[in-house]
Amino acid sequence: MSLFDWFADRQKNAPTVRVTQEQEEGDGLWSKCPECSLVVYRKDLVANASVCKGCGHHNRIDSPERIALIADPGSFEPMDTGLSPTDPLAFKDRRSYADRIRDSQQSTGLLDAVVTGICRTSGLPLALGVMDFRFMGGSMGSVVGEKLTRLIETATARRIPVLIVCASGGARMQEGMLSLMQMAKISGALERHRQAELLYLPLLTYPTTGGVTASFAMLGDLILAEPKALIGFAGRRVIEQTLREKLPEGFQTAEYLRDHGFVDAIVDRTEFKATLASLLTMHGCRETVPA
Amino acid sequence: MARRALLEFEKPLVELEEQIEQIRQLARDSEVDVSQQLLQLETLATRRRKDIFDALTPSQKIQVARHPQRPSTLDYIQVITDEWLELHGDRRGSDDRALVGGVGRIGEQGVVLLGHQKGRDTKENVARNFGMASPGGYRKAMRLMEHADRFRLPILSFIDTPGAYAGVLAEEQGQGEAIAVNLREMFRLRVPILATVIGEGGSGGALGIGVADRLLMFEHSVYTVASPEACASILWRDAGKASTAAEALKITGPDLLKLGIVDLVLPEPSGGNHSAPLQAAETLKSALLEQLSELQGLSESQLIEQRYAKFRRMGRVLDSESPIASPSS
Repeated sequence: MSLFDWFADRQKNAPTVRVTQEQEEGDGLWSKCPECSLVVYRKDLVANASVCKGCGHHNRIDSPERIALIADPGSFEPMDTGLSPTDPLAFKDRRSYADRIRDSQQSTGLLDAVVTGICRTSGLPLALGVMDFRFMGGSMGSVVGEKLTRLIETATARRIPVLIVCASGGARMQEGMLSLMQMAKISGALERHRQAELLYLPLLTYPTTGGVTASFAMLGDLILAEPKALIGFAGRRVIEQTLREKLPEGFQTAEYLRDHGFVDAIVDRTEFKATLASLLTMHGCRETVPA
Repeated sequence: MARRALLEFEKPLVELEEQIEQIRQLARDSEVDVSQQLLQLETLATRRRKDIFDALTPSQKIQVARHPQRPSTLDYIQVITDEWLELHGDRRGSDDRALVGGVGRIGEQGVVLLGHQKGRDTKENVARNFGMASPGGYRKAMRLMEHADRFRLPILSFIDTPGAYAGVLAEEQGQGEAIAVNLREMFRLRVPILATVIGEGGSGGALGIGVADRLLMFEHSVYTVASPEACASILWRDAGKASTAAEALKITGPDLLKLGIVDLVLPEPSGGNHSAPLQAAETLKSALLEQLSELQGLSESQLIEQRYAKFRRMGRVLDSESPIASPSS
């Protein structure tokens, strides 16, 4: 349901507008902050984890950028790189699901909306899953569910912590109920990881909504979020329709969730890796995994 | 007896039923013997009803699933149990009337029962929030399931919701967290869990009490990842395409059986469960008891292992590296 907003937002605001701006400013050499309009060298922006130096706005980043920010250089070993989606319902809306998959695969170079693997971060072993919003809004279908489940199972077997970076509109409608069931499947794998007394940390980024919020995003031993990230179960438009009134200021932001007790800490992206290392160390993670 | 509400596709039956009613009236007023004629018309009406209900489209099934007189969780609980006591509250400050539950007894077997509860009319529906549970409802369900685990009582869960409640308060109280915790914890419970979609199963709000060893579903019930209305306005950008979306989403029992999501589809009386609620309840009761006795033959660890394995298989992926290892494809 929350995909609603996502599509609405996307239509209203964004990519087209931003793309033209970028072109005006020199074919992507320069970048203008959508929040404070500060114009900076794109290279400088990327060097600052795509966080605006003027206002601290966290620009959306893709999975390779995210992995580079968390994993020690050269340490990321991807898992299940051959898993790709099928079209189990032969689904077709205005376009066929098969076409949507193909387009997303071509534009992102990914097979589906999550990249998983084992890496080291600040020298410590970590099972890392990163959702990629570019691939059909990070929506969760069978592949996302299967890859995350395998990642968690591997982490349980190797006795290492799990970090999942969430960025998703929720369950992927084109795979129908199979998508919904991934919520349960992943939660089941997390239960086993938990029984083994291992640490699971989700990092919630813009946006984390719907079925992802109602499963692994909210199941962390500690729940971390990026500043101002949109986090919620139901979509804003759905809620507005139900209530027929304006929503409170800052509704469904990371700060709002923290203030209501559902997010432990909001961590600036530029400080995330250091914070992660501290947390892992506090919880007894060491460079060598006991056999 | 009050005439039941007729659905759009039942209209061909209206004329017939009016005729039957007229003849009955006539028979009461005069003393003409019309039994032969009545029997004929009634047989015809039965046949027509069966033809109509055998050929329901997914969007028509949604109408049956949402029928105001379709038996609800409390209706079934009352018929299925020999006695039961409704229990209230999540022990965190709320009691959600959209999600009810309690302890009961079927023969010698103690059970915990819980489910979404809709109302029959507007007033009841307002009190029940149209069967849309709040975080407190999911936490109440979890508390009852913990109780079941502690006293080794099997859990019977009844799904009948358009979805979890979407509201400011629900978000503030952590709707996502409440459902998520249930999904995780239900994998841990050491007692058999049987869930039945008695009406509509709306997305995460349904799954929040639906991680079960066996998932049963009535013939005209539906279970959806997103409501066809929402799906139509997002993917088709046209809310009017809801019936097309209902078709595409594969939401009926037979479809979900094929996809490996549902374990058993229960037949409904011709005309749907609302036309013969007691018969529906008997069907449900015997199916539940049969499934339960199968599950009670398993040890606790087997039960937990099989539940995990069942969900582990769900999904369809293509594995270019090891096609054989890919689950259920």
